[in-house]
Formats: sequence, C-alpha cells, structure tokens
Amino acid sequence: MSNVNLTINGQKVSVPAGITIQEAAEQIGAFIPTFCFDKDLTAPGACRICVVEVAGMRNLPASCVTAVAEGMVVQTESPVVVEARKMILELLVANHPLDCMTCEKGGNCRLQDYAYRYGVTGGAFVGEKHEYLPDSTNPYVYRDLNKCILCGKCVATCNAVSERGVINFAFRGFNTRIATFMDADLKDSECVYCNRCVAVCPVGALVDKNMMGKGRIWDLEQKQVTCTFCESGCNFNVNYRDGKVVGVTAANAAAGRPLCLKGRLGINFMQNPDCIEKPLLKKDGEFVAVTWEEALGIAPILEKLKVINK
Amino acid sequence: MNSLAEKRKTYQDQLAAKAKKTVIVVGLGTCGIAAGGEKIWSAIKGEINNKKLDIEMVYSGCVGMCYKEPIIEVHKPGMPRVIYGDVNPENALQILQDHAVNGKVVNDLAVAQDPKEGAAKLPDVPVLNELPFYKKQVKTAIAKCGVINPDSIEEYIAFGGYEALEKVLTGMSQVEVIDEVKKSGLRGRGGGGFSTGLKWEFANKAQGDKKYVVCNADEGDPGAFMDRSVLEGDPHAVLEGMAICGYSIGADEGYIYCRAEYPLAIKRLETAIARGEEAGLLGKNILGTGFNFKLKIKAGAGAFVCGEETALINSIEGKRGMPRVRPPFPAQSGLWAKPTNNNNVETYANIPNIIRQGSSWFASMGTEKSKGSKVFALTGKVNRTGLAEVPVGITIREIIFEIAGGIQDNKKFKAVQIGGPSGGCIPEEHLDTPVDYDSLIALGAMMGSGGLVVMDETTCMVDVARFFLNFTKNESCGKCTPCREGTKRMLEILETICAGKGKPEDITTLERLSTVIKSTALCGLGQTAPNPVLATLKYFRSEYEDHIFNKKCPAGVCNALLEYKIDAEKCKGCGSCKKVCPVEAISGEKKQPHEIDTSKCIKCGSCIEKCKLDAIIRG
Ligand SMILES: Cc1cc2nc3c(=O)[nH]c(=O)nc-3n(C[C@H](O)[C@H](O)[C@H](O)COP(=O)(O)O)c2cc1C
Ligand code: SF4
Ligand code: SF4
Ligand code: SF4
Ligand code: FES
Repeated sequence: MSNVNLTINGQKVSVPAGITIQEAAEQIGAFIPTFCFDKDLTAPGACRICVVEVAGMRNLPASCVTAVAEGMVVQTESPVVVEARKMILELLVANHPLDCMTCEKGGNCRLQDYAYRYGVTGGAFVGEKHEYLPDSTNPYVYRDLNKCILCGKCVATCNAVSERGVINFAFRGFNTRIATFMDADLKDSECVYCNRCVAVCPVGALVDKNMMGKGRIWDLEQKQVTCTFCESGCNFNVNYRDGKVVGVTAANAAAGRPLCLKGRLGINFMQNPDCIEKPLLKKDGEFVAVTWEEALGIAPILEKLKVINK
Repeated sequence: MNSLAEKRKTYQDQLAAKAKKTVIVVGLGTCGIAAGGEKIWSAIKGEINNKKLDIEMVYSGCVGMCYKEPIIEVHKPGMPRVIYGDVNPENALQILQDHAVNGKVVNDLAVAQDPKEGAAKLPDVPVLNELPFYKKQVKTAIAKCGVINPDSIEEYIAFGGYEALEKVLTGMSQVEVIDEVKKSGLRGRGGGGFSTGLKWEFANKAQGDKKYVVCNADEGDPGAFMDRSVLEGDPHAVLEGMAICGYSIGADEGYIYCRAEYPLAIKRLETAIARGEEAGLLGKNILGTGFNFKLKIKAGAGAFVCGEETALINSIEGKRGMPRVRPPFPAQSGLWAKPTNNNNVETYANIPNIIRQGSSWFASMGTEKSKGSKVFALTGKVNRTGLAEVPVGITIREIIFEIAGGIQDNKKFKAVQIGGPSGGCIPEEHLDTPVDYDSLIALGAMMGSGGLVVMDETTCMVDVARFFLNFTKNESCGKCTPCREGTKRMLEILETICAGKGKPEDITTLERLSTVIKSTALCGLGQTAPNPVLATLKYFRSEYEDHIFNKKCPAGVCNALLEYKIDAEKCKGCGSCKKVCPVEAISGEKKQPHEIDTSKCIKCGSCIEKCKLDAIIRG
C-alpha cells in the first residue's frame, strides 16, 4: 500500500496508508494511553482515553480507531487533549474503590499509570459509586466489578472462542456491567476458567485467584513458557518470587487460542508437600516405600532379562 | 404496464361512488385512541346498526389536531366535509342524528369544514385551510394522514400512490433517481440533516453483492410523535419511499426498525406490506419489471440509543444496541457488513412526492440550504398541541404563536426546546429565527427529529436541564466513558443545584464536563447530551446563579428552595388552608391572618390550591 504523510507533534512522518493515528504515533515514540484497544483482539473505540487533537476536526477523535490521512496535523498531548484525558480519568476514578495499596494489580495497572501521568488524584466528583459484591465463589477467577472500567476486552477474548461467550455487557448507562447469563456468579455459568479474560484486563477487576497474596508485579519475576500438556501450545507465565515458583498465569491469549486450567494447575504437582518420591505398596495394611520394579510387579522379569543379557 | 393506472381509475371510481354515500370517519391514530376514539366508534356503530342506517364508517390516522381529539368527520353528499372535535359518545350520537342523518351541522362542535365542489359553504363553520392552526401549514409528507384509510391500499393508490415507484421502475435509471433526490435538496429528517441524495449515492457506489435499505422508526425523543403519525396514517408512503431507494441503490431487501411501543404502527405496517405484496407492488417482480424488494419489520425494545444508526443495525442483527465506530459508515458496511442505506420515516415519506411532483417543486419550499417541509410535534404549554407540517424556514414565533395558538392560560412564553434531549432551548429574543438546520445549530439547538416542547414562565430552566440529563443518563448505552460516567456526574450536579446545595464552582464544572463529553463521546447521544445544559446556561445563566448563590428558584419549581408564606394583608382567616395542611404547619384564629410554620411545612402545596384569595405565596 502507498504511504501517507502527516505531522505528529510537529514532526513530519510518512506511514503506510490505512494504519491508525495511534499506530503512527507509536512509530515515532509519541505516547498515547489506551484501555480498550488491543491490536490482536478488539478496537471498540469505547474508553476514549486515546483521544488526540487533529487540526480541522470538530471533535477529538479516538486515535486507536481513526485512520491516518494525507496532510493530517495531529497533537497527541496538547492542552485540550490533556484536559480530556484528565476528565476521563477523573470520571473513572470517581467510580473506583481506590484501594490501590492492597490491590493485586498495583504496579501493573493502566488506570494507576495514567492517573499518575496526568496527576489525577480523585475527588473531582463526589457521587454514587458502584457497590457490587465481588464474585469470589470459584477457586480460579476473582472478579471485582467495582474496579471494572468497561473496556470490553474480557468480553472480546471470551467471545473469541466460539463455544464460550460466557460474559457480555448487561444493563445500561451508569449501571452497565459485565455479566454472565442471568448475571450469575462465574461458578454458576459456563465459564471454564481459562483465564483469558484475566490476562487482558487492564485493571484489577479480574485477578487470578491462585496468585492472590503471593506478591505484586515488582515482587515477581516472570518467564514465558509454552504449555506441553496438549498440542495447542498456549503461552503461560511462570511467576517466581525469590527464585521459587509461586504460580503460573495465563499469558497472551491470542485470538482463537484456548488457554486452559491444565497448564496453570500443573504447578500444584510441583509444590505439593505430599508429593511422593517413591512408589508405595500396601503391605499388611500399611503403605511402604518400594522400588519401581516392585511396584509395577516386574522385578522377576527384570531379573530374567538381566540373566539373558549376560 | 398500465395495470396500475387502471387500478387507480377503478379505486377512484369506487371512492367517487362512496362520496355519494354518507360516511363517518373516526380518527383512530394513537392520539385518537388515547382520547377515547374507540368508544366513539362503538357508540356510532351501535346506533347505525340499531337503526339500520345507510351510513358507512371508516377510520383514519391522526389529522394533526391532537388538541381536538377525539375527532370525527362527517361526509354527507352535497355538503362540505365537516370535522368535529372534542367528541364524546353522547355528542357523537347527536352529530350522527343531526348531521349525518338530518343534514344539520352541529355548530358547537364543528371545528372546520373542508369545502368541496357542488356543495354550499356552511355559514357558521370556519374553513379548514383558514384555521390559524392550518393557515401556515403545508401538507405534503403528511397530506394523506387522517385523510385516507391507512389500511386500504386502494385508497392510497387512488390518491396517486405507487405512481412514483412505477415511474422509477419503468422509466428512470438508478442515477436519475438519485439525481432527482439530490436536486430536491431533501435533507434527512431524523435529526442530522445529511443530504439524502448524497447518502443514496454513497450506497449506490458501494460495492456489494447484497445491499439493504433500513428505515429508522425508533423515534425515541420524549415529546416526538411525527413518525408514529406517518406510520399510522400513511404507511404505504414510507414503503414506497423505501422501495424507490432500494431500486436506486441496488438493494432487494429492507428493514423497518420500529419501536415496540408503537403496536398500532407495527400492525398497520404489517397490513400495508401484506397488501403491497398481494398487489404486486412489493415483494417479487414488482409491476412485472423484475425488481424485487422484500420488506421486514423489526420491533425494537425502545432504547433511545437504538435510534442511532449503527446501534440500530446492531440491534437488527440481534446484538446489544451499542453504537459502532464510524467510519466505516453504513453505506460502506452496515447491516451484516453489507452496504446499507438508513433514513428516517419522514425522509422516506417525502420521496414519492419528490419523484411524482419533481425536485423543483420540493426545492421551491424552504430556505437556501434547507428545502421542503418539516413535520413538527407541538407539545408543552401551548394552546394547540398536535402535528404541524410547515415549510422549512418559517419562524419559531409563527409556529408557536400562530399555529400552536400561543401559550396556555395567557402565561408568558419562556423558552422552547427544539431537538429533544439532543437539542437546546431557545428564548424569547430568538423567536424570529427561521427554523432550518443551520440556524438552529447556530443557536445551540438542533432541528432534531421535530419535537417542539414549549415552556412558560412557570418552568425552571435548571429543572429542565435536569430533566433532559436524567433522560440521557438513563439512555446512555454505557459503552464509552465520557457519556456513561459524565452524564451521571452532570445529573448529580444539577440535582444538587435544584436541591439548594449547589456550590459556586458547579457552573464551571458543568461547562468543563460538557466540553469534554461533547468532544470525546463515541456517538451522537453523548456528543449532544450536554446541549440542554449549555443552552440553558447560555440563555438563563442567572437562574443557575439564583439557585446556587441566592438559594432561590425564580420560577418557583425547585421545592427545596421554596418557602410558603401567608400574606397577612390578603388573608381573611377562613381556615381552609389550615384544614388541608397534612402536617399542621398552619395556625391562626378564625377571621385573623394565619401563619405557616416553615420548620414544619413539607412544601406539599395543598394550601396554595385551597386558598381562594391568593394569600399564600410560594417563593
Ligand atoms: C442517540 C440518537 C438517537 C437517534 N434517534 C433517531 C430516531 O429515533 N429516528 C431517526 O430517524 N434518527 C435518529 N437518529 C439519527 C440516526 O442516527 C440517523 O442519522 C438517521 O436515522 C438518518 O436518517 P436521515 O438521514 O433520514 O435523517 C438518532 C441519532 C442518535 C445519535
Ligand atoms: S475464564 Fe475464560 S471462559 Fe471464563 S469468563 Fe474468562 S475468558 Fe470466559
Ligand atoms: S473486567 Fe477488566 S477486561 Fe473486562 S471490561 Fe472490565 S476492565 Fe475490561
Ligand atoms: S456516547 Fe453514550 S450512547 Fe453513545 S456510545 Fe458512548 S456511552 Fe453509548
Ligand atoms: S483505547 Fe482508543 S478508545 Fe479505548
């Protein structure tokens, strides 16, 4: 495809036609925050945090869904843009628990990062806040919708697997929330706890329950591995704290890729204190440690083989 | 190929034959039914059956004079058509006996006469077109509403119906049709005012093996009922307009997205589609030309946002009614990702006339950039509420003070909200502004779909802003942050101001929120949601300041800011107020001025209604 020429923050750039302003800005290293946009997943243009100023446009377009055009003059962080982003963050924060000190996502949360960048402390608006009961009745996903910013990524990733579609938007306006069929807890839904949604949530609304209390991003070291339990070969992060594995979390759930519980739960074998090192055989009503040959009942055969081999 | 013309001749003859009989027409649009039209129908029908009278009964849609509903008309051979208003089952029988049977007009109830050739003009009944309500109106898009039986395709055809479709299918190329629509200057009647011809051209040029025509009949503005009246009164006009659009863009399928709260409109559409197919004017191989056009109705659950075209398309597809990012526009990728043309009900209803009477006829009405006529729904504190079709460019003053007859109870005009929750209010000083798309935008209002809500001096403008924000907040789809969270906060601020707890910085905060929401929201709902606040701030800022700084509601609406007092000069001590006060806040000796204990008073207003001497002051 041909190239188009535009100006971003006073800098002339030439980029392939058809890409978005956000992608073009990325190419020259101009920062644009995003919540709802995910290159491989979804671009609903919903959160509006990525708005930029384009000369001649009446409104501030969302850069993640606006294509570049010849001669465009873009400002990614002009005063009106900053004012808009600040206001959007103030609005999100006004309806957020702000318990960042104990939040599992602390240090790994876009809302926190952007609030820091734009100096948003909360308190600009005092009014109704959501008071949903967190969904904690299953062992795998901790869902606290009070923290949800409705970016829709979880919905997109869950719906990317055709037989799933466990969650979707429900209700309207201020009361909009992500819900399962009949607004049930995950445990009473069709959820298979693949944790794709957890992997994409930009805030602390969806958390891997197995990792709760085990440390936050700065405490952990992550190594990406490819799961070998089945032929899908999903990507997982193995999380280490002080050199010890503390959990396996779902990494990027690329479109159509099933993540599953098997991979993440494999860790339980590794650290089970009851894990046996030798086979046990019941003798006179008691388990006693024996050799593999004895356990499998092949000791006499082995003896014979040894003789033949000689 | 002249089968349609032959049919028309037959139906016209039938109508002419009918004109030799006495006919009573009962207005059975939603407005007529709500006012009791069906009871009147049964009463008259019963009497006709009882007395075995040779009188035919038919029903029609809304004639526009909602303020006079229930309405009936009497057609008696040799007499002008007479329209009666404020009819009830008793006086309906009087009209039947005196007029329909004995030929004596009931002058007290007659609203107007519609003179006809060969019939002497009645001396004491005003002529329809000279009524102040009608004088400045033009009837084109809704000309047949209230005149024909909406369930009768024969009557539609007798009045020239489907002639435009025939003309297009048998003698015009797609491009010729689009050119004609472009030349007419018709702009979308659904609010945005985009050129209809251009829109059709985009859809025509878009590549696709399959294309769709969609009709937006969601009509969600509070106070708007133009589209409903068209669908109930003249459904075939919309279907014909859609079929012409289908031909011009190359679509063979159409959807009408109609809110489920309009059951009568849906029923009449269903009937109309069925009759149209039977007559070979819709469906397969229309008029033998090989053109197919299949129409379906989709009933919407009535969310305001589903009127936004991309949310509407999602909803037809069975998805949640949330707007999509544009571009791509529906003309490129709409319903099921196929090129789609979406127009409003009234837009389509204008098409057959434009094709039949020519683009220059249409363009002769209106202003330079806004052509034709527009239907408005007049509601609020005016003397004559109803439906009025006016040439674009008429002034707001003419609509309110001439057509709608001015303000009720001789109160003072304060403002008029144009464009519903997306629009803004216009104060006295701008009443002489011509009603067209661009002038209204310049004033901070919007043509919108044509809802016109008139407010008098007893209206509090902060309260009005609160009302509309409450509406948009509830109707926000929740997809994008500024609209979902921002309208909620704006509403909360307005509520605190009305509750007397406004803070000095509230006005600035409202303005900041408005600016950001307008410039960043995803769809038109959010982008226009702050308009009612901005417009009231622009024209009635002092009312906000009175609420915030002086803790007063000048219009006497916001309860928290009111105090009830008794004027000792006027009070004669009759004690009526004391008796009705539910919390015993009023005390006083007989024949002595009474007093209200404001600490006890709950501001229910019962006392003020009882006092015959106007001695109780609210303020
Ligand atoms: C929140 C919202 C509600 C709308 N509601 C309606 C509606 O009820 N009817 C309508 O025709 N257009 C409505 N529109 C405008 C449509 O999106 C669209 O522009 C229109 O149907 C196009 O038809 P037109 O060109 O004939 O006006 C609405 C737009 C928005 C943003
Ligand atoms: S865990 Fe998997 S199946 Fe369950 S809601 Fe999340 S994405 Fe859907
Ligand atoms: S739960 Fe997380 S991923 Fe899902 S919508 Fe909310 S913020 Fe987005
Ligand atoms: S502006 Fe409002 S209605 Fe439109 S997409 Fe955003 S939240 Fe939904
Ligand atoms: S990141 Fe662009 S709209 Fe959300």
